[in-house]
Amino acid sequence: MARARIHKRTISDQQRRRDLALERQKECRRDLQQHARQLASSIADHHHPHYNLSNPDFQGLTDGSNEELSYGDEEESSSSSGHSEGVLGLLEGTRLRGSEAKAWYAQQFMLPEWMIDIPSHLKRDWYVMARPAGKRCLVISSSGTTFSRTRNGKLLHCFPSALPNGAKIRDVAAPSHVFCILDCIFHEPDSTYYILDVMCWRGYSLYDCSTEFRFFWRDSKLSEEKVFVPPSTYHRYRFCLVSVNECNEAGLQAAYCGPTSFQRDGVLLYNRHAHYVLGITPLALLWKDADCSQFPLDTDSKGHVPAHQQVVLRLQSDGTVVTGDDRPVVLGIMPEQFLSQKISSQAHEDGLMEDMRHSHFSRVPFFVL
Amino acid sequence: MALEVTQVLLNAQSADGAVRKLAEENLRQFQEQNVAAFLLSLSHELGNNEKPAESRKLAGLILKNSLDAKEVQRKGELAQQWLALDPAVKGQIKASLLQTLSSAAPEAHQTSAQVIAKIAAVELPQGEWPDLVVSLLKNMAEQPISHLKQATLETLGYVCEEVSADVLAQEQVNSILTAVVQGMNATETSNDVRLAATRALYNALDFAQTNFENDMERDYIMRVICEATLSADVRVRQAAFECLVSISSTYYEKLAPYMQDIFAITSKAVKEDEEPVSLQAMEFWSSICDEEIEIQEEYGGDFSGDSEVPYFRFIKQALPALVPMLLGTLTKQEEDQDQDEEVWNLAMAGGTCLGLVARNVGDDIVPLVMPYVEENISKLDWRSREAATYAFGSILEGPSLEKLTPLVNVALNFMLNAMKDENNHVKDTTAWTLGRIFEFLHGPSVDAPVITQANLPLILTVLLGSIKDEPNVAEKVCGAIYFLAQGYEGTGGLSSPLSPFFQNIVQALLATADREEAGDSRLRTSAYETLNEVVRCSTEDTAPVVMQLVPVILQKLNLTLEMQILSSEDKEKQSELQALLCGVLQVMIQKLGANEATKYGIVQYADQMMGLFLRVFACRSATVHEEAMLAIGALAYATGVEFGKYMQEFYRYLEMGLQNFEEYQVCAVTVGVVGDICRALDDKVLPFCDGIMTQLLKDLSSNQLHRSVKPPIFSCFGDIALAIEEHFEKYLMYAMPMLQGAAELAAQQANRDDEMIDYSNQLRNGIFEAYSGIFQGFKKSKAELMIPYAAHILQFIENVYQDKDRDDLVTKAAIGVLGDLADTLGTNAAPLFLQFVFYKDFLDECLSSDDQQLKETAEWAQIMVNRIA
Repeated sequence: MARARIHKRTISDQQRRRDLALERQKECRRDLQQHARQLASSIADHHHPHYNLSNPDFQGLTDGSNEELSYGDEEESSSSSGHSEGVLGLLEGTRLRGSEAKAWYAQQFMLPEWMIDIPSHLKRDWYVMARPAGKRCLVISSSGTTFSRTRNGKLLHCFPSALPNGAKIRDVAAPSHVFCILDCIFHEPDSTYYILDVMCWRGYSLYDCSTEFRFFWRDSKLSEEKVFVPPSTYHRYRFCLVSVNECNEAGLQAAYCGPTSFQRDGVLLYNRHAHYVLGITPLALLWKDADCSQFPLDTDSKGHVPAHQQVVLRLQSDGTVVTGDDRPVVLGIMPEQFLSQKISSQAHEDGLMEDMRHSHFSRVPFFVL
Repeated sequence: MALEVTQVLLNAQSADGAVRKLAEENLRQFQEQNVAAFLLSLSHELGNNEKPAESRKLAGLILKNSLDAKEVQRKGELAQQWLALDPAVKGQIKASLLQTLSSAAPEAHQTSAQVIAKIAAVELPQGEWPDLVVSLLKNMAEQPISHLKQATLETLGYVCEEVSADVLAQEQVNSILTAVVQGMNATETSNDVRLAATRALYNALDFAQTNFENDMERDYIMRVICEATLSADVRVRQAAFECLVSISSTYYEKLAPYMQDIFAITSKAVKEDEEPVSLQAMEFWSSICDEEIEIQEEYGGDFSGDSEVPYFRFIKQALPALVPMLLGTLTKQEEDQDQDEEVWNLAMAGGTCLGLVARNVGDDIVPLVMPYVEENISKLDWRSREAATYAFGSILEGPSLEKLTPLVNVALNFMLNAMKDENNHVKDTTAWTLGRIFEFLHGPSVDAPVITQANLPLILTVLLGSIKDEPNVAEKVCGAIYFLAQGYEGTGGLSSPLSPFFQNIVQALLATADREEAGDSRLRTSAYETLNEVVRCSTEDTAPVVMQLVPVILQKLNLTLEMQILSSEDKEKQSELQALLCGVLQVMIQKLGANEATKYGIVQYADQMMGLFLRVFACRSATVHEEAMLAIGALAYATGVEFGKYMQEFYRYLEMGLQNFEEYQVCAVTVGVVGDICRALDDKVLPFCDGIMTQLLKDLSSNQLHRSVKPPIFSCFGDIALAIEEHFEKYLMYAMPMLQGAAELAAQQANRDDEMIDYSNQLRNGIFEAYSGIFQGFKKSKAELMIPYAAHILQFIENVYQDKDRDDLVTKAAIGVLGDLADTLGTNAAPLFLQFVFYKDFLDECLSSDDQQLKETAEWAQIMVNRIA
């Protein structure tokens, strides 16, 4: 019979609720897929399939037999170079522009926790190094140029360098799949990039390799290229390795107060078995005190130490605030009033707030790198 | 035996429960022992004029129910059971039924007509009972008694209703139409025969495609219908107009020559005839509006002579005469019509049609209606005021904003004042009109909004005052607030013009929902649903109010658990209220949970909420509460991995939801929640995956479950694989054949209609999302598991690439899987890419797309493929 007609249609919300739920689910699914794909394309895993599936020697490679690895690397390079011409941008991240790029790069760092106790097996499992004062940044060389991005994703420099594919000159320029990603601190006084870590070398991903292996690679591979030559037209900034020490007395001593070419800002400890994980990890630690850092205390923008120091605690869902210890210590409970204030203050959120929003559980020590 | 059947059938209708029960048991036993004999004896009972009417009727009913059921699976079983019977028995039953058509007892021949149609529905598609139509028409050939004629025409009508159009041969259709049109003819003296014929024609219209192509035949059919609209019998007139309504949509393109006559007939009926007839006459014009609006939407403003569908602009042409006719109906309101939601009368139909006309012709309606509005809106007679307001409200959708804005700017204050009218109907319609103003002339896309900083306070004062009016008025006020809030959606995160009033609005809506009489109408529902929209559209500055609302709603939900449940009606009331409150919670969870800064407003109540939801579930034994399920999905999304602690208790309801085939919406919602949980828990969902996957696989292989749920189930596979990664391995041997089977099915849909194309795209989208999740999940450690499937998946992508009917979503999903495959399998897939060269063209196509998302996905996929190919 004739279709039902509705007089003075009133609202009906149920289908809308269903649809909105569905929309949210679709969006989340898309985000998750997108995330998986971005990691794949951009930086990390260019060679995973290679060693995962067809290279039985992979286990051996991570132990340090780099000869075979570099051989395999080159083989793959030559086989794919003919096809990768004309690819629109090699790195997902480099294709991103504006705020998207910022947000993306901001998430690509391994961030140390504060050292609040002595890790077990310090001597066996850990490395230590002095931390140069300056801007922590990712240095990326690809498609004949090099650029650096700081913790908040902002572009610091775009320059030619002697890193593989870091400049448009012979010997350095390379096919588009050749690129490097380094974790550095830019030290203003001597305009030098101090290399902490290396995550990608000539397109080979080291993200899933242990610190031990990455550091071995860092110290051996980089000097094979002419990375440490003095600055020139096609190598605008100096690059320098921060020396890594065993966590014995001498090593700790050297890192803590030994002579360095840079101004020291604390001491970094790396667990030697850890992979390069994105975000905050307890497998990298930072120690600062007045003897090894100019900035053991929080300062305002003019460099003055304020009357009060801030500590960031983890805010739990029930309103309590706890320390970041493995067994969190509850230090207090936030009053309702504070919790509602938190919303209104959100408009002018600062970097700290942003950090809290990015991490799963607001677990952020104050003043991260 | 025969006598016994009669007695048993009579006993089965006994007032004595014990007798009835025994009789039902006897019937069941008889049926189980010998179906053939059982059905045969029923057909004899039905055909035997000596038997009491009650036993005959029940015999017919049982026969009918032995051939057909609502539920698809049961229906199929019954059809198989019938087809498997001894042909001799079937022949006897059918002969008996045909014989019964000539019975003088109305119950007997009417029931028999229905049973014949049910058998036809089973047999005709199988090519059986080829002489059915011939034997029926024989009844018409000789000068039959009029009730045989009537019964035969009824049978023909039912048969046409039951079978699909391709089952009958054209010559059968021709003879049916001939018989039916003859029966409708003005020369037919029996009104019952004419009525049966007219109703039969209604059902036969779909079969008459060929006949409507032929000018002579079509002219004849149309003439007979138009004549029937003038019959002395009101039932025949109504049935004839129903035929015209059906023709208006089925044969719109053939209508041009008849429109003048039809206009004359329908406007006479609208003005003079009894309401059932005038309503159908009005419906004809509403239906024409629907058709033309659909054509406009489909083809935009671009009608050339060679458009596939002709567009006659019937409404635009009829406008000068049509609009006065519609306006004339508006003052025919009934007293108290707004108190009863079931009422449908000529005034309502007229206003509804006017609204459709406005959407159809746009600006042209305005000068035809506004004089009527101005003339009547201030009259002393409430009918005039209400009619004028209704007319004004009806034309607010369709005309341009430039045309409407000046009018509404003038009218708005008048409307706000009219909320104080002494008459309830006027206030009802005024509030509805305000809602329409807010819906169509207010919002971020409106350049010159009629609501300003200056008049907003007055608007809210009026609305929040009138929300305390009679329930019917209050309900319309809720609607107005709903659209008022909606217009501010997306005005930015910080603050909304509504923020200063937010708290008052929320309080007023809560108070309205709490009104004692609110449960008797839609008022409570409207109040809560409006609250939902108000919360959805709220901004950061009012988040604290929303947070305060959470415990209030939780408290209300808690109270429903303590309601006294004495009857099924109480139970239903409780369930409805729980649905509304869970709906509000769902909206709040989603709102507060989407922002890190407000999330704790939900998370701190998570335990309490989940406890309540579980108790709401426990209120029912066999089914799960859909709204609670939706709310739980939102909660999982908000709480993330912490949701894990509820899984142990929640799991059985999740399973129950996935098993709910009948209420497929519930099943669909639950599938979505599985996805939410996977994303929230990641690998912590693993312990529950055996059960979930088992159920999902069952769902996919069920023919009872509504097909719309199946594509999301495939997507859900992807969610699970992505969450549990390498552990998905154990499901692979079940999931992959399922995916491959569905892929083949989606590819094979030959001669598809739009609906099927749409469905097949959804299905393929789901399949691709499954593949994406599985590839990405296995990438780290089990990539090699997918090697055996790679060729098939590439083949599937190629099939989809070649299909001209694929939509953008499928394209995006397909190109994504192409990249996932290359990414996960790496050089293992290299030989395949030499084999499936289509990927280059496919990538090129996507890379040159205007759709940014598609382009990005394609760029990514290209990088992945180029690395190895």
